[in-house]
Amino acid sequence: MDKDCSMYIEHVESGKRKVTLSLTVNDRLVVRDVDPQMTLLHFLRDELKLFGTKEACGEGECGACTVIMNGKAVTSCIILAIEAEGAQITTVEGLAKDGKLSILQEEFVSQDALQCGFCTPGFLMSTRALLDSNADPSDEEIIETLSGNLCRCTGYIPILNAVKRTIERERKELGR
Amino acid sequence: MEEKKYRSKYKHVGQPYDRKDAQEKVTGQAIYAYDLEFPGMLHARCLLSPYARARIVSIDTSAAKALPGVRAVLTGEDSDILVGLYMQDKRVLSKGETRYHGDVVAAVAAEDEETAEHAVSLIKVEYEPLVPVHDVDEALEGKTLVHEDINDLKHYVGVFFPQKDSNIASWNKSKKGDLETAFSESDLVVENEFSLPAVAHVPMETHVAIVQADPYSNKLKIWTSAQSPFAIRQIMADSFGISETDVEVHIPYVGGGFGGKAGIHLEPLATLLSKAAGGAPVKVRATREQEFNQLPTRAGMRGRIKTSVNNDGTITGMQATYDWDSGAYADYGVNVGKTAVYSGIGPYRVENASIDSKTIYTNKVFSTAYRGFGHLETHWTIERQIDILSQKLGIDPYEFRMKNLLEPGDKTMSGEVLTVSSGSPKDCLTAVVKEIGWTGRKSEEEREEEWKTGKVRGKGFAMLQKAPAMPANTATSVIMQMNGDGHVKMMIGAVDFGQGAITALAQIAAQELDIPIEHIEISAEIDTRANPYDWNTVASKLIFLGGNAVIKASHEMLRKMKDVAGQALRTDPENLLHANGEIYHRHDPTRRLTYKDVALGYMYPNGTGIGGPLIASGSSMADGLTNLHPETGQGNPAAVWTFGAHAVEIEVDVETGNVTVLKVASAFDIGQVINEKLVYGQICGGVLQGLGSAVLEGYKFNSDVQLMNPSFTDNKIPTMKDIPLEIVPIYIENPQHNGPYGARGVGEHPMISVPSAIGNAVYDALGINFHVLPLSPEALVLGIQSGKKSILCTDVDCLPGLH
Repeated sequence: MDKDCSMYIEHVESGKRKVTLSLTVNDRLVVRDVDPQMTLLHFLRDELKLFGTKEACGEGECGACTVIMNGKAVTSCIILAIEAEGAQITTVEGLAKDGKLSILQEEFVSQDALQCGFCTPGFLMSTRALLDSNADPSDEEIIETLSGNLCRCTGYIPILNAVKRTIERERKELGR
Repeated sequence: MEEKKYRSKYKHVGQPYDRKDAQEKVTGQAIYAYDLEFPGMLHARCLLSPYARARIVSIDTSAAKALPGVRAVLTGEDSDILVGLYMQDKRVLSKGETRYHGDVVAAVAAEDEETAEHAVSLIKVEYEPLVPVHDVDEALEGKTLVHEDINDLKHYVGVFFPQKDSNIASWNKSKKGDLETAFSESDLVVENEFSLPAVAHVPMETHVAIVQADPYSNKLKIWTSAQSPFAIRQIMADSFGISETDVEVHIPYVGGGFGGKAGIHLEPLATLLSKAAGGAPVKVRATREQEFNQLPTRAGMRGRIKTSVNNDGTITGMQATYDWDSGAYADYGVNVGKTAVYSGIGPYRVENASIDSKTIYTNKVFSTAYRGFGHLETHWTIERQIDILSQKLGIDPYEFRMKNLLEPGDKTMSGEVLTVSSGSPKDCLTAVVKEIGWTGRKSEEEREEEWKTGKVRGKGFAMLQKAPAMPANTATSVIMQMNGDGHVKMMIGAVDFGQGAITALAQIAAQELDIPIEHIEISAEIDTRANPYDWNTVASKLIFLGGNAVIKASHEMLRKMKDVAGQALRTDPENLLHANGEIYHRHDPTRRLTYKDVALGYMYPNGTGIGGPLIASGSSMADGLTNLHPETGQGNPAAVWTFGAHAVEIEVDVETGNVTVLKVASAFDIGQVINEKLVYGQICGGVLQGLGSAVLEGYKFNSDVQLMNPSFTDNKIPTMKDIPLEIVPIYIENPQHNGPYGARGVGEHPMISVPSAIGNAVYDALGINFHVLPLSPEALVLGIQSGKKSILCTDVDCLPGLH
């Protein structure tokens, strides 16, 4: 989709400047009028009511708000919604398909890769983006990628185990 | 990949079931207080004191009040309500004087967060900065009192002991034997000082509270990210002068707690704002910065310890003084101080001992409970001291500990006699020492040789112990009801904030009732109007007390089921057995009914019903505990001890000071594993939090006692890059006679003594005794460069006010 900024339609709604934004979120095309200062995180939560994406620092330091934008993991708390014009976004709500958990989600469950669960959506999305670009990352690559996500409960080892199991199963079951 | 070797002898207890809340948490369906929205809900923002201690000269809120969208602006002039768990010492909003850089001076509720933030920026405050109380030494001098009204503060009498006209919120004491004689008659007396800074809990979900104060009654509706719904209910009722029943507390999923959400925090402020805004629901959410500098932390601590030993390695006397820098308020801090007087000599047999533990007010961020509270700190003191004693005696540290560890028949510090069912510290130590292949300390020559390679390895270990720190009358309860399909709905009053409580308790119910765990319906969500009472979700007490309550409720459920089934099957209920969701006659198994047949009452073929919906309950109370004697500390404070030990192997880069953890072996005598997967999770998580305290984390204050590192940029917590190369969990199962299936709690324990084990390993590697945490690269390099063999706080260039 054309990302030329001139395609933004600016207008004023109840005293606030708004622009019309259209993008694809979890395979669904959405069009909304938004405040140009709104972050992607607030757009997903406040406009689309996708509450799976969490804010834990608001400064791009902890990875809790990670979503996939055009194939890359991004921290949605420091991206403006309008930067996602025309983008393909996947959030944690978009991981399970046809009423079935993805292999990645199943492995997070079976390896107990979560406790309080607040950082979990961010870890799932960072992992998904990694495995989509590299189906067989080394331990070092996994650790390097996921060290941008903070978790205070699990001690990370069960998460690492879940990611490694996912790689193995995706290779066998999906032929990745 | 970690091979799970644990095998349980039970069908459900001990099985590595997936946690019940996992599916909702991997699909984004789990809803936290942070997520909640209500019609007409307002958002709050706070103005925090920019000074650690200042007099508020004037506040002008007129511009904030005039801003469109603002619905309430409050200052300390608007309310005199005091809150506090054990000491009512904290105003919801500052008045007259601020006590830390983070005290709330004013608060705004507005239609959205941006408007509230803008309004806060319009509030003009004139302060007269005052000289703050920087540290425990200044506080003990008592020239400036953090709380001028300390003599009048309402507190929990007989358990905590605020000292008149001082900064001591509580001075707890214990003593036994004849310490003077022990010190004068022993072969060696060694005295040391150890310290560690304040450390933040860092729950990923910051504190959030939403309160709707009903304008037509006393009723308060609270939705909050908190660990202890019934404690909030009671404290809110006390502080606002209303009935407990007027306070309804709802806890949805909680994004981590670690003790930081054990008490009451943002709820009173949200209440005042809701009242001021005509009863609209008001959401107060801490930013990450506020989570560091406004919400409470783990107290910094200084331990001074003097120990006498004989040349054969027998410890004869121990004198410990613990000074806790609790910051501006006592909160849970006084209870942390209290635990030190019964646990503060470690799991050792010491006949002559004394402990003085002072919880001290300063003008720092205030302190509260943090995972295993008091124990990581006191064990940093004890386990380093034990290691240094063994160096001086020339005895292997394993042999030295084994000679002095508690055994059945020995007495703890408070005089409890241990039995064979109390668990075994020795089993734990032996297991971890074997696992890391301990063969004795490095020689000086070996160290020098290794030093040339730039990297030196070291091994170390440390003991740990903890019992739930809870009032003598602590209780919890469970309600069970059978659903029409023969499944069982179970309600508890404690909160599962990630530790896995609902899953573990469901396993105990499944075992007792002999139905699949999927047939136990239990929610992490708590509503005090419906769920039964629990004291606090803290202290690793839930498996022990809650597990026993589940067993009691299950027994009542089975008895009631069999009473109805006995009538239906025309036999004495005593003839009936149960298995796999069915009740059957012991001599004629063809005479049988399913649970479903009796769940809502049994119906005869002609339609006549008997019984009715099956409902059961179970309560469990700490048995035989007592308050401690105020002078001697003797009594019975501990329902159940869990002993453990960590052993580590590390590698120190002598150029960078970086510590790489190669292996951690952790053993806990937990009596019985309830869910191996969940225990493993607690061990991995606790060990890594302990590593954070060991090598990374700590609050840094400047000379004005302002927190210098209230962000993830400056206050690092471990990431996936910091995991040890290997963690080996070891479960010791010496059953607890009164524990559910023999189980003891283990939620907090994995964190305790990780810093001590690392510190001991650093000595093995470098031959240098560090007396201060964290063992950061900077500290290690400065320590190495100093050329000293003992590194105190001053040697590693602590910022003023750090300790």
